[in-house]
Amino acid sequence: MTFKPSPLQLERDAYRRRQTILSVAVAAVSTLVVGVLLYAAVTGAPGWDRFRASFLDPDVARESLPAVLRGLWLNVRLLVVCAVAALLLGLGIATLRTIRPAVFFPLRALAAGYTYTFRGLPLIVTLYLFAFGVPGLRLSGTPTVLVLGGIAIVLTYAGYIAEVFRAGIESVHPSQRAAARSLGLTYRQTMRHVVLPQAVRRVTPPLLNDLVAMQKDVGLISLAGPIDAIRAAQIETAGSYNYTPYVVAGVLFVLLAIPVVAVTDWVTLRAARRQSGDNRL
Amino acid sequence: MTLLRIDGVHKLFNGNPVLRGVSLDVAEHEVVALIGASGSGKSTLLRCVNLLEQVDDGTIHLDGQDITDPRADPDKVRRRIGIVFQAFNLFPHLSVLDNVTLAPLRVHRLPREKAQAKALALLERVGLADKAGAYPDRLSGGQQQRVAIVRALVNEPRLLLLDEVTSALDPELVGEVLALIRDLKGDGVTMVLATHEMSFARQVADRVCFLDGGLIVEQGPPEQVFGAPREARTRQFLQRITDAGRL
Repeated sequence: MTFKPSPLQLERDAYRRRQTILSVAVAAVSTLVVGVLLYAAVTGAPGWDRFRASFLDPDVARESLPAVLRGLWLNVRLLVVCAVAALLLGLGIATLRTIRPAVFFPLRALAAGYTYTFRGLPLIVTLYLFAFGVPGLRLSGTPTVLVLGGIAIVLTYAGYIAEVFRAGIESVHPSQRAAARSLGLTYRQTMRHVVLPQAVRRVTPPLLNDLVAMQKDVGLISLAGPIDAIRAAQIETAGSYNYTPYVVAGVLFVLLAIPVVAVTDWVTLRAARRQSGDNRL
Repeated sequence: MTLLRIDGVHKLFNGNPVLRGVSLDVAEHEVVALIGASGSGKSTLLRCVNLLEQVDDGTIHLDGQDITDPRADPDKVRRRIGIVFQAFNLFPHLSVLDNVTLAPLRVHRLPREKAQAKALALLERVGLADKAGAYPDRLSGGQQQRVAIVRALVNEPRLLLLDEVTSALDPELVGEVLALIRDLKGDGVTMVLATHEMSFARQVADRVCFLDGGLIVEQGPPEQVFGAPREARTRQFLQRITDAGRL
């Protein structure tokens, strides 16, 4: 026999449907009102025409786009290399900080000192120290400014990422370690097969956050000289006295962030679905 | 033959004595039940045997080896002891099969096919072969606990420790786990189990030890401890259990 809802249930369903339609309508109207008000406030500002001419000129945007895009390609490559390097270094530092045996005290102390230093040091200072300070040592075999700038970014972000990983490692309940060790797994095997897989899954959202932040900060490499999207925009601006190229670069950076966020959300969701029976909570 | 010899074990937590000189011998193929109120030290004793806690005094010998000697390699000792926890402690990121084969693969270095065949045979035996690919969070408590027992058994431990393995289960799920433990006794597995299930302790145990205040107050065959307890404290404890309708 198939399930037939009672009149009471049908009435409830109808009521819930009406409520849903009503709330969608309210949301649509209020969004529209806020949008119109914002538009009126911005375009009605006394300096709007001047602003639009210097920041939102479509012709300048079109002209500067190829150069800014070429620069962005450098940002993308730099981002990929820096992200991988910072993740690996961060994971290594975090693991060092959780090792208990006494012989590893110096390593642990070093790792702690590292995270304190590089999280506290402004990225610009680190960048200048590496991009301009290291070549100043006149050592043979000094890498290019691009590589040095990349190292500065990696060192800074690895400090943040290490703390995220450490929080993840410490969030795995001690009973999981007890279970693993009681099976005869060594400390290292327990970390590798039991603690880290769970820790990494838990900290994926904050790691993604750091990745997006890093994506913007690779733009700071322009301060050291290489022609990335920001530097390209600066060069374009210097020729036309129009700031639109910067806005073009900004929009491109935002567009770049969208797929990264989407992919990671999807990965996180899939892992959660596979693991747990109830997807609604 | 004595498999496990616990001698004068003390354990303190932040200066509070939890075990105050516990001594207990367990023979091969023997099943010993530890009973007593919460906080009497049953779980702590099991965790000390598995070296999850360090004893503060006394010795524990397994197969004649002093495992409380700081020179003993705890990883090697634990390979010979299986433990099952009250809260199952399955690895949530691994499937049932991966939970069971983790130690055979990584610790005992069995080839994958062999480890999986062994795991599947045991899962089959506890009626969970069809759940091999499932993740622990999708199983009922009773199923999870049976997987946890298989995870411990697959390593063929000399000694199996069961730490209140039915305390986190709904009453109708307790039976399936107890039936499995009764089976294991039939196979001759040496077990030390901490339990609140008095009727089960009575059926399955060769010997019952009553712990109170960090000491074994009374021990003997179940008929004697439950039927004619010698110590006043044992009688009080059993009376409370009876009053609560649990015996």
